[in-house]
Amino acid sequence: MSETRPRVGLFVTCLVDLFRPSVGFAAVKLLEQAGCTVAVPRAQTCCGQPAYNSGDRADAQAIGAQVIAAFAGFDYVVAPSGSCAAMIREHYPALFAGNPALEEKSQDLAARTYELVSFLTDVRGVTGVDATFEGRVTYHDACSGLRELGVHAQPRRLLASVRGLSLTELDDAEVCCGFGGAFCVKYPEISDRMVTEKVECVERAGAGTLLAGDLGCLMNMAGKLKRLGSAVMTRHVAEVLAGMTGDPAIGEGKGR
Amino acid sequence: MESTAHAFKANARAAVQDPQLKRALAHVKTGFIGKRAKAVARLPEFEALCDAARDIKDHTLEHLDLYLERYEERVTAQGGQVHWCPSAADAREAVLDICRRVGAKTVTKGKSMIAEEIALNEHLEANGITPIETDLGEYIIQLRHEPPSHIIAPAVHLTKDLIEAEFRAKHTELPPERSLSEPRELVDEARRVLRDSFLAADVGITGANFLIAETGSSVIVTNEGNGDLTQALPKVHIVVASLEKVVPTFEDAATILRVLARSATGQEFSTYTTVSTGPKRPEDRDGPEEYHVVLLDNGRSEMLAGPFRDALRCIRCGACMNHCPVYHAIGGHAYGWVYPGPIGAVLTPSLLGVEEAGDLPNASTFCGRCEAVCPMRIPLPKMMRHWREQEFERHLTPRPARWALKFWAFFARRPALYHFGAGLKMRILAACAGRKGRFRSLPLAGGWTRARDFPAPQGRTFQSLWAARRRGRRA
Repeated sequence: MSETRPRVGLFVTCLVDLFRPSVGFAAVKLLEQAGCTVAVPRAQTCCGQPAYNSGDRADAQAIGAQVIAAFAGFDYVVAPSGSCAAMIREHYPALFAGNPALEEKSQDLAARTYELVSFLTDVRGVTGVDATFEGRVTYHDACSGLRELGVHAQPRRLLASVRGLSLTELDDAEVCCGFGGAFCVKYPEISDRMVTEKVECVERAGAGTLLAGDLGCLMNMAGKLKRLGSAVMTRHVAEVLAGMTGDPAIGEGKGR
Repeated sequence: MESTAHAFKANARAAVQDPQLKRALAHVKTGFIGKRAKAVARLPEFEALCDAARDIKDHTLEHLDLYLERYEERVTAQGGQVHWCPSAADAREAVLDICRRVGAKTVTKGKSMIAEEIALNEHLEANGITPIETDLGEYIIQLRHEPPSHIIAPAVHLTKDLIEAEFRAKHTELPPERSLSEPRELVDEARRVLRDSFLAADVGITGANFLIAETGSSVIVTNEGNGDLTQALPKVHIVVASLEKVVPTFEDAATILRVLARSATGQEFSTYTTVSTGPKRPEDRDGPEEYHVVLLDNGRSEMLAGPFRDALRCIRCGACMNHCPVYHAIGGHAYGWVYPGPIGAVLTPSLLGVEEAGDLPNASTFCGRCEAVCPMRIPLPKMMRHWREQEFERHLTPRPARWALKFWAFFARRPALYHFGAGLKMRILAACAGRKGRFRSLPLAGGWTRARDFPAPQGRTFQSLWAARRRGRRA
């Protein structure tokens, strides 16, 4: 690890901010353990992906411009989500192509932006974490992280270092869970079929806990597992890596 | 065929509730994906070949006029004739004119998506000419009066027992004790019926996987040999093809062929790769007396000039739909027209208009698996997003979705207001969920909660907790 502490701007993501702040704190802990100084710009809301993927370029650009401004000056920008990181890293340059004020800035931001787990391993050289989790887990490769950012081996490598944890691979781990942002409510029947097949694979894996790196996908899968009465718990991978699994799992109540 | 792409949502709803379809579609997942993966793994230079194949098509599209003129020149020099057809109607008429001139009563057909696109069978039937499909899958769906549900496996929506039942119903001379339970026996039965058709046909119609500019040849790849009999036995051979099928040389076609079958069926090569160049020459032992190419544009030259140009690289291998979880859920018919799956979601709005097919490019999670396996490197999600942008700009996006987006964006563009409002809303939501941690139903969230519970927020937002932590540290 480098001598100087890099300054990391945490891109919290809207879902973590609103629904599961514990993932944000897990990310902060992991980043600090990896020798980073973490700041959280208040002027962030969302990466603009809902607008971008709905064809609303104007709003996507307005929100993107806000993100570019809020994260100027950080050495790195890290998000606990492959989807939001890919939006900034892979899509901002296209969104601002030909925009004289922001084209270069968007490319600069893109080059500094990472998904959390791949940042820890690929940039900070983290090979293991100091955490304990007793039990068998399985891991779903959320699409954007996997195919746009190449996040596949990194979470498995870090999970292997968690004391007490064993990983059972999920059948069709790389197949979409059917979340897709607005897709899941625009085409609910198709989304339901997809998430049904996903949770069948989860049940087959026989693990007590399902992990992934994107909260949208996790809420979708947790929602389906709970509707079907499954005992499988669903968590963001950062919670386990940070050893912060004290809060109830996604969709679980406090007093059962 | 008549498009039902405008009814995509209803089509999809019906499809996911069809248990027979679900059984049939399971074969798409188990069959194609594993076979492709093995074929690709056996060829270390596969990715490099894909790049080369992409470059060949890009170069050809860049100089399409030149190569098409060269192609026509060579076809004419071999004694064949090219019929330039701007629209589907022109192409139908061109085929019908040839059939009428030679007094055709029956025509045999090899598998052709362009024939589907121009609704050729319906047109021939309406004019008293009987088309007979000779590809097994196409033959089966012709018996059932259905359109294809997949571009390389037209009957993939059917299970074996349904096909057996269809044969028993339509092949009335078939003895009831004849076993038809094995795929091989179904093939033999179709072959028995089709043999006479091949010999009796007046005209043979095939598609084309490639048109070769340097020689004026057309190339088809098949696994059943039916294409060869279709084009070699009748007096007249008509090739129906769209203009982006042209490539400069045989060498170019050979490069693309190396990725085509691997991407499609996981074969290294299709069983038959058949070249036809003009009509029978004096020294040939057999072949047609007339050779025609019905060359279809149907909106493609417009695509050439716009953001959907890359889609013209498509070689119709079907890998995108074979790997598409939406296709796996609903099958091909729900897409409502000739081309299903991700490539259909890009092509159908281009060819029929986005007003007709606006749902198709929206019905994707952008999981990116299609782009990852496309041997021609077509950026399918990006193109679907282009369509969504056009729909949004032209106010074709459904109004509730548009309003919801605008409402959300209003707050997302105002961080202070957003954090205040969101903080309040999440605390209320968390309080409503109480100790359960999730909702079985929520106002305005029926799309979500009909099928799954909605996980409740933990309570306070990260931003408010972070601000409190920082205040605490300072204190």
